[in-house]
Amino acid sequence: MADTKSSVFNVKDLNLWYGDNQALYDINMDIKENDVTAIIGPSGCGKSTYVKTLNRMVETVPVVKTSGEIEYRGKNIFDKNYLVEDLRTKVGMVFQKPNPFPKSIYENIVYGPKIHGIKDKKTLDQIVEKSLKGAALWDEVKDRLHENAYGLSGGQQQRVCIARCLAIEPDVILMDEPTSALDPISTLKVEELIQELKKDYSIVIVTHNMQQAARISDKTAFFLSGELVEYTDTNTLFSNPTDKRTEDYITGRFG
Amino acid sequence: MALINKDTVSNKMSGRILKNKIAKVIFFIATIIGLLFLGALAYRILTQGLGSLDMDFLTGFTSQSPDRAGIKAGVIGSLWLMSVTAPVTLIIGVATAIYLEEYAKRGKFTRFIQINLQNLAGVPSIVFGLLGLTIFVYIFNTGEIVLAGGLTLGLLVLPVIVVAAQESIRSVPNELREASYGMGATKWQTVRRIVLPAAIPGILTGGILALSRAIGETAPLLLVGAATAIFTLPSGIFDPYTAMPIQIYSWTKAPQPEFEYVASAGIIVLLVILLLLNSIAVFIRNKFSKRL
Repeated sequence: MADTKSSVFNVKDLNLWYGDNQALYDINMDIKENDVTAIIGPSGCGKSTYVKTLNRMVETVPVVKTSGEIEYRGKNIFDKNYLVEDLRTKVGMVFQKPNPFPKSIYENIVYGPKIHGIKDKKTLDQIVEKSLKGAALWDEVKDRLHENAYGLSGGQQQRVCIARCLAIEPDVILMDEPTSALDPISTLKVEELIQELKKDYSIVIVTHNMQQAARISDKTAFFLSGELVEYTDTNTLFSNPTDKRTEDYITGRFG
Repeated sequence: MALINKDTVSNKMSGRILKNKIAKVIFFIATIIGLLFLGALAYRILTQGLGSLDMDFLTGFTSQSPDRAGIKAGVIGSLWLMSVTAPVTLIIGVATAIYLEEYAKRGKFTRFIQINLQNLAGVPSIVFGLLGLTIFVYIFNTGEIVLAGGLTLGLLVLPVIVVAAQESIRSVPNELREASYGMGATKWQTVRRIVLPAAIPGILTGGILALSRAIGETAPLLLVGAATAIFTLPSGIFDPYTAMPIQIYSWTKAPQPEFEYVASAGIIVLLVILLLLNSIAVFIRNKFSKRL
């Protein structure tokens, strides 16, 4: 059944260097529409770097060089004519540490639509409601939309960031360890949210928590030292890994 | 078995605590020395100057006779100077800082600019006076007008403003920029909507300090030809002018000893205006920080 889904990302022979240090080696990977794709692996294996390459956020580090191709919906995002602003409008991102802007909840959500030129107050109001509902936060904050987002708890802040990402109606949502700074209850809420979101979005989530990957994802990729060791259905990967290194990692023998 | 000898620890205890007390006393004395000199200065100026400070002093022009000399021309001249210096340096300074921090690629060239900026901030003000004299008064042939003086002061404080603005732009957390870029914002949108609002309190603080320095400068203005005795007020930036520090300086040079009191009164006015400008800027700054 998975094979009938179309690809959002088609990664071909991706290599990446930070200066002289190679961080990713010959990655080939197909990311399918409406899947939750989990990226797991020990610290420093390149999983964060990889997911940040998918929307070219990795380029904010000045010494990064890449080779190979990443096709997003059939077009190579490293192409000279590819507008990185356009890519990031379609491929949204939620970061490891909740990073709301030091503005009101409302202003946080409308930031994206506003920079894309939407000015109509009514439309913006609707976007705020829809996005906050989409991030399962509406009921908690609907009476204090104009309060500073810094006043919210860590878990709520992270859901503001998810809502802020939903507000630009992306196609794909990248999540870089979105729950690592959250307590277990907030983590559970975000995980439930991801299950809801996959109906409408394709999600790529980096996690160092294998149980989380097993709980929420359809496919899992195991990275080790910058290499993609194994990439298959989550159930298969956790119950019947083909690579010895994957088996060692998921059984807790290292990492 | 124990690697730490408990007896040594308790023997050293009183010594450590004594050293801590000594350190506190040293730092306290250092603070008091500064305060004492400041107090002495304030006392001398107030006792000398308050006698000459009255409404006539504030509303009169300078004069040959000490009891009729006033600082009106100096106050108005200094305000005119600031009306040139403040907008020019803030706009150019902040724009430079934005370019260096957000747009320019880190490399030898930007490092070269950076080092030179820091050196420029330390160049004596009289050198800037010479520069202003050459560029504005001679090459552009402006004559000895407010514009030339204001731009010269602008050159003087520009490096300070750039460095201060850079530091406050740099202190804006990178996560905020990432969040903005992650939604497809352009660099300019990120700078305008995220970086600048967060950096503005720091930029204003730097701006206040720089302009405070400019308003008290004497040497460069002497070179670009601020008048020492003037009996008309400038009505625009193309008119001749004098400034408070110039006026004070010329009084201290006057032959009659009574002018010393007049100069002290002038210093009080200068200090009050400085404090006033600072508190306005602090007020603006607090307003901005609250909005965040």
